[in-house]
Amino acid sequence: MSAERRPDLRVSLSADPARPLELPNPIVTASGCFASGREIDRFFDIGGLGAVVVKSLTLEPRLGLPTPRMVETDSGMLNAIGLQNPGVDAWLANDLPWLAERGVRTIVSLAGKTVAEYRTLAERVRGQPGIAAIEANISCPNVEDRGMVFAAREEATRDAISQVTRVSAVPVFAKLTPDVTDIAAIAAAAVEAGATGVSLINTLSGMAIDVETGRPRLGGVTGGLSGPAIRPVAVRAIHEVHRALPDLPIIGMGGVRSVPDVVELIMAGASAVAVGTATFADPFATLELVEGLPDWLAERGYRSVRQLRGAVQA
Amino acid sequence: MSTVPGRGQPTPYTRGREDGPVRSICEVLAYRKIGAYHQLTIVAPDIAARATPGQFVSLAVEGGGTILRRPFSITGVSQHGPWAGTIDVVLDVVGPGTAWLAGRSKHDVVDVVGPLGRGFPLPRQPATCLLVGGGYGAAPLLYLAAQLQHRGHRVDLLFGAKTGERIFNAIEGKRQASSTRFTTEDGSFGTQGRVTDVLPDIATSTGAEAIYACGPMGMLAAVAAQARERRLPCQVSVEELMGCGVGVCNTCVVPYRRRDGLANVRACYEGPVLDAKRVVWEAIGTTAMAGEPVEQGDAS
Ligand SMILES: Cc1cc2nc3c(=O)[nH]c(=O)nc-3n(C[C@H](O)[C@H](O)[C@H](O)COP(=O)(O)OP(=O)(O)OC[C@H]3O[C@@H](n4cnc5c(N)ncnc54)[C@H](O)[C@@H]3O)c2cc1C
Ligand SMILES: Cc1cc2nc3c(=O)[nH]c(=O)nc-3n(C[C@H](O)[C@H](O)[C@H](O)COP(=O)(O)O)c2cc1C
Ligand code: FES
Repeated sequence: MSAERRPDLRVSLSADPARPLELPNPIVTASGCFASGREIDRFFDIGGLGAVVVKSLTLEPRLGLPTPRMVETDSGMLNAIGLQNPGVDAWLANDLPWLAERGVRTIVSLAGKTVAEYRTLAERVRGQPGIAAIEANISCPNVEDRGMVFAAREEATRDAISQVTRVSAVPVFAKLTPDVTDIAAIAAAAVEAGATGVSLINTLSGMAIDVETGRPRLGGVTGGLSGPAIRPVAVRAIHEVHRALPDLPIIGMGGVRSVPDVVELIMAGASAVAVGTATFADPFATLELVEGLPDWLAERGYRSVRQLRGAVQA
Repeated sequence: MSTVPGRGQPTPYTRGREDGPVRSICEVLAYRKIGAYHQLTIVAPDIAARATPGQFVSLAVEGGGTILRRPFSITGVSQHGPWAGTIDVVLDVVGPGTAWLAGRSKHDVVDVVGPLGRGFPLPRQPATCLLVGGGYGAAPLLYLAAQLQHRGHRVDLLFGAKTGERIFNAIEGKRQASSTRFTTEDGSFGTQGRVTDVLPDIATSTGAEAIYACGPMGMLAAVAAQARERRLPCQVSVEELMGCGVGVCNTCVVPYRRRDGLANVRACYEGPVLDAKRVVWEAIGTTAMAGEPVEQGDAS
């Protein structure tokens, strides 16, 4: 492919000139599916990805849930990891410098147990070199609301996100759960609280039972469903939010494995696409999407990936 | 360039860095039934050149809506001769993935990622090593035995299983060791009972200085306790459910006493070979290591 005909993969994930976020290509990693970055960097240089979204970090280190933590389901998997992570301070000390040194565009994912914790977390990461954006994972239980997921309610979404946007100097994405009646309303609440964009979708809540023993197949009883099985849910959620809020940048995800899957999410309204479970099946999954996308676009005469955003004729 | 990764690529297609694990699309050179098990010999020169005993590979499988790879210990590599550049894996059919793999035959193609994980550390001084395997857990120990013998260590093998046909490759074992002992729960082969029934006697009679073990978690916990009693260093290769095999999903964790405190370490990354005395055996699969009360809902 000659240089001038190579389609333009650059995307912008922020409409706010004070807090820009430009990526060289739209392929990013999904939170919790890429560990520290070093694990996959054994296979290839992860600096070539659009961005790396790291595992959700909490204020304190977390050991997570007991095993078994995973069960494969038809065209998908359930996980109940329990947000195992080293804690925000250990990550800042041990992992961020490594990412920054390699020029990896890093999006830090933060998870609080309370509204106030989101603010503390955002303060901890503020001004740390190498952080391109924050993804506030609000699809986790709010201990002050009987464990109800923040992103299940508009008010809790507003409360948590505004804590982050108030202190953050970088773009803030609200990561939403699809387990709601009206996801566009939740996205609108995040925007009111100052979110730059939204990340859609987190896993769907699910459960599997071993019928021989009558026991749940996960140590945590219920877990999050991911993989190809949820892609239609992701496409629908992205489409609904994009239709309601056409200018809002969206990081889309859910079951993406192939270049046509990436294009499908972009046509629904995603500006960038995150890949999670597919990396488990193939450590090169993200890289091969970055490599495969230009050919797909060129073969069909597209000059830029941005042309396809929201292009569904619905 | 293919948009579907790996499909339609010529074999052997290999992708990766100069060292570390690779992904290869590999030809099956041979299939062999060994007792209850199936052995595949796979043409994977890069993996054969990089592997050490105790490491594993993960194989893609097809059918039945499966999306994840399946992990298997490497049971041997050939670097020279007519089989140069091949690796062997042993399968026990327990579900759709292993059934699909056991259906492969010569010239079929499999998609392999490896070598993965931390292998067995070898003794620095000449030592007498007792290798204890349960079921297909014997597989990586045969590879280890070959390497230990090659380096001048004494190797004694103790393999156990439920039945005689689940004792993996007794003939190969006898060739690679100064002594071999077998136990079966039904008494159909070797001594009736479990490996831990005879382990103390064998450790004493051979003068064992180190124990290496691979098998079901219950067996490993019992072997670890016996090694501790005798103050023998013990390395175990653990088995946990794996989502990715490459260290990114945190599925495969084992509670472990690290130098800097208690942690859930990844069997696929910090392991599968771990120091037996640091594994918190009693906490496996319990909430003892859960940092938070077990909360339900979307806690991924
Ligand atoms: C480090 C390591 C080395 C192994 N070496 C061997 C070997 O040499 N020979 C052999 O026969 N088996 C080995 N196993 C077990 C083997 O990986 C499983 O039996 C296999 O994945 C089962 O797949 P399935 O589709 O047939 O069964 P299913 O039970 O239907 O598998 C469903 C899911 O659970 C996972 N799973 C099920 N059982 C296990 C298990 N015991 N360990 C890890 N994941 C599991 C599968 O990968 C899959 O994602 C090893 C496991 C590990 C972790
Ligand atoms: C094992 C695992 C762990 C995850 N951990 C997190 C997490 O810590 N924070 C988060 O926001 N999402 C987490 N997710 C959700 C993913 O980021 C993603 O939203 C979801 O899996 C859908 O994408 P996929 O089908 O490509 O995996 C996790 C998913 C999996 C499978
Ligand atoms: S299996 Fe994914 S981290 Fe070990």
